[in-house]
Amino acid sequence: MSNIGVWIETDHNGLKPANFGVVTAAKAGGTVYAFVFSEDGRNLSEELGRYGVDKVVFLNGDGPVERASVMADAVREYKLSTLLGLSSFKGRDLLARCACELEAPLALDATGIDLETGTVLKSHFSGKTTATIVLKGDVLVCGLRPNVIEAQEAPAETEEVVFSGNVPGDDGLKVLEVKKGESGKQDLTEADIIITGGRPMDSADNFKILEECAEQLGAAVGASRATVDAGFAPHSMQVGQTGKTVSPKLYIGCGLSGSVQHFAGMKTSKVIVGINTDKDAPIFGKCDYGIEGDLFEVVPALTDALKAR
Amino acid sequence: MKFYVCVKHVPDTAASIKVMGDADYDKTVKFVMNPYDEYALEEAVQQKQALGGEVVAITVGGKESVATLRSALAVGADRGILVTAGTVFLDSGKTAQALATAIEKDGGADLIFMGKQSVDTEGMQTHYRLAKTMKVPVANEVVSLTLEEGRVVVEHEVGAGDREVLELSMPCVLGATKGLNEPRYPKLPDILKAKKKPIQEMNLSDLGIADQADTATVAKLLALPERGAATMLSGSVEDMVKELIDRLSTEAEVL
Ligand SMILES: Cc1cc2nc3c(=O)[nH]c(=O)nc-3n(C[C@H](O)[C@H](O)[C@H](O)COP(=O)(O)OP(=O)(O)OC[C@H]3O[C@@H](n4cnc5c(N)ncnc54)[C@H](O)[C@@H]3O)c2cc1C
Ligand SMILES: Nc1ncnc2c1ncn2[C@@H]1O[C@H](COP(=O)(O)O)[C@@H](O)[C@H]1O
Repeated sequence: MSNIGVWIETDHNGLKPANFGVVTAAKAGGTVYAFVFSEDGRNLSEELGRYGVDKVVFLNGDGPVERASVMADAVREYKLSTLLGLSSFKGRDLLARCACELEAPLALDATGIDLETGTVLKSHFSGKTTATIVLKGDVLVCGLRPNVIEAQEAPAETEEVVFSGNVPGDDGLKVLEVKKGESGKQDLTEADIIITGGRPMDSADNFKILEECAEQLGAAVGASRATVDAGFAPHSMQVGQTGKTVSPKLYIGCGLSGSVQHFAGMKTSKVIVGINTDKDAPIFGKCDYGIEGDLFEVVPALTDALKAR
Repeated sequence: MKFYVCVKHVPDTAASIKVMGDADYDKTVKFVMNPYDEYALEEAVQQKQALGGEVVAITVGGKESVATLRSALAVGADRGILVTAGTVFLDSGKTAQALATAIEKDGGADLIFMGKQSVDTEGMQTHYRLAKTMKVPVANEVVSLTLEEGRVVVEHEVGAGDREVLELSMPCVLGATKGLNEPRYPKLPDILKAKKKPIQEMNLSDLGIADQADTATVAKLLALPERGAATMLSGSVEDMVKELIDRLSTEAEVL
C-alpha cells in the first residue's frame, strides 16, 4: 500500500461530483491525500471523508504555474507514488505542468488505472482502440476521464493539514482575466446525460427544444460539428474528435448521421440512443436504441413524457 | 520573427485501425498531418504574413514523416526539419527533448506553435514537456492570440464555455485548437513549389541525444468494438417515446 494524491477540482457550485470517482480510484492504492487549493474552498472535508479521503491538504498558489509547483512540492513532501485528478480542461493543464515539474510520466484522459502495476487504460486513435500503457517512474501522474470510475462511499476519519510550497518568481505567464461563458452551464465532459443536436437543427433557436428536454433529464446539450460550423451552437458544445470527448451514462443523438469523427468523442458512453428520419442512417448501425422519426416531433414528445413521469 | 511549428505524422482519423500483434497496428493506412497541428501551422503562416519572418515546420519520426513536412511546406512553411527516429516515441519527454535540441541548434525560436493533442496517441503533453525543457512559458487550448512587443496575449478554453485571457512572455509554446483559425487547403501551384523548399534531416545522435528507455510504453492495443445495430423501437411517436423511457429506466438502468 502507498500514498496516493488526488487533486480536487471545484467550480461555482463547490466540489465537482466527478471528483468522488477519482477518490474511489485512489482508495484502491492506500492512503488518500486530497489536494485542495485554499482559494478554491475550505469546507470540503466532510464530503471528501465520506468517500475515504484520509488527509485533506490545503495548498497555496495562484495561477497555473504556481499551483503546479506547489503541488509538486506536496507530492514530494508526502512521498506519493501516484497523483490523480480529473482530466478536465483545468485538470489536464495542471497535471501536465505538475508532471513536468516532477519529471514524472503522465497519462491524461485515462479510462482506468491499476495503481499497483502503474498501468493505465486510455484511448488511442480517437477512440478506435484502447491502449494499456505502462508508466515507469518514482511518481506517476494520471488524469482520469470524468465518470469512468463509479464513486463508492467509504467513510474515513479525515484530518486537515495546511501545506505551503515554493512559488516560483516571474514565470512568464499571467492570468489577465476570466471570460465567463453562459454561466451556470454544466460542462459537457462531466454530464451524466447528454442530448445532442445535428445538422437538421437548422438554427440556434431550435436548440431550445433540446434544452427543454435536457432540463427534464438533468442533461447537458451537445452539438455536432455540422451545427457548430453553421453557427447554430458554440464550439464549447461540440462533441467529437475536434470537440469534446465525453463518457456519459446516456447519450441521445438527435439528427446525427453517426460519423466516425463524432463517434470518436462519445462512443464510450454507456448507452447511446439515435433519433433519425432515415432508417438507413449509419448511427442505427452503432447505437443501443433507435427511433426512426423527425426529431422535431420525437424530442418534444420525449420532453412531455418525461414531465408526466 | 522566427516561428516553429511542430507537426506530427499520424493515421488519418477516417482510416480504420487494424491491431497487429499485441501492441502494434497496420501502418499501410493513409497518414496525414495531425489535425490540430493544422491550426498551429495556419496561425504561424498568418502571423508571418502579417509581421514578416520565417516559418519552420519540424517533426520527429520515421523517414515517412517527410510527407507531413511537405504538406506543411505547401501550406506556407518556408522550410522543414525532419528529426529521424526509428518511429514516433510514446514517451513525450523524449520527443520534446529532440524538438528542443533541434530548434536550439537551428538558431532558436520566437514562438513555437503546436497542436493541443495528437490524434493517434492522444498524449496531450508534448507541448508542456517542450516548454519545460526550453524553460519558457506554455499555454494550451488556444483559441485566439495577439502578438505584441515581446509578449503574446492568448485566450484559451478552461471548460464550461469559459475562457481565460493569458499573457505570456516570448519565446513561448502555444497549443492550438479548433476555433483559432480556418486552416487553408494548399493549391496545386503551392504543392509544386513545396517540392523545391529545403528539408534538413537530423538524427538523434547528431543532436547528442542518448538512447534512453521509454517511461511510457504500450503493452497492449485493443480495438474498441463498435456497438451492434440498434434495437429499433416501433409504433407511434408517443409509443416509441414511452418505450424508450421504460427501456432506459428498467433495461439499461440509466434513467
Ligand atoms: C478532421 C475532421 C474532424 C471532425 N471532427 C468532428 C467533431 O469533432 N464532431 C463532429 O460532430 N463532427 C466532426 N467532423 C465532421 C463529421 O465528419 C461529420 O461531417 C459531422 O459529424 C456530421 O454532422 P451531423 O451528423 O450533424 O450531420 P449529417 O451528417 O448531415 O447528418 C444529419 C442526419 O440527420 C438526419 N435528419 C435530417 N432531418 C432530420 C430530422 N428532422 N429529424 C431527425 N433526423 C434528421 C439525416 O438523415 C442525417 O442522417 C470532423 C470531420 C473531419 C474531417
Ligand atoms: N513526433 C512529433 N513530432 C513533432 N511534433 C510532435 C510530435 N509529437 C507531438 N508533437 C506535437 O505536440 C502536440 C501534442 O502532442 P501529444 O502530446 O502527443 O498529444 C502535437 O499536436 C504536435 O504539435
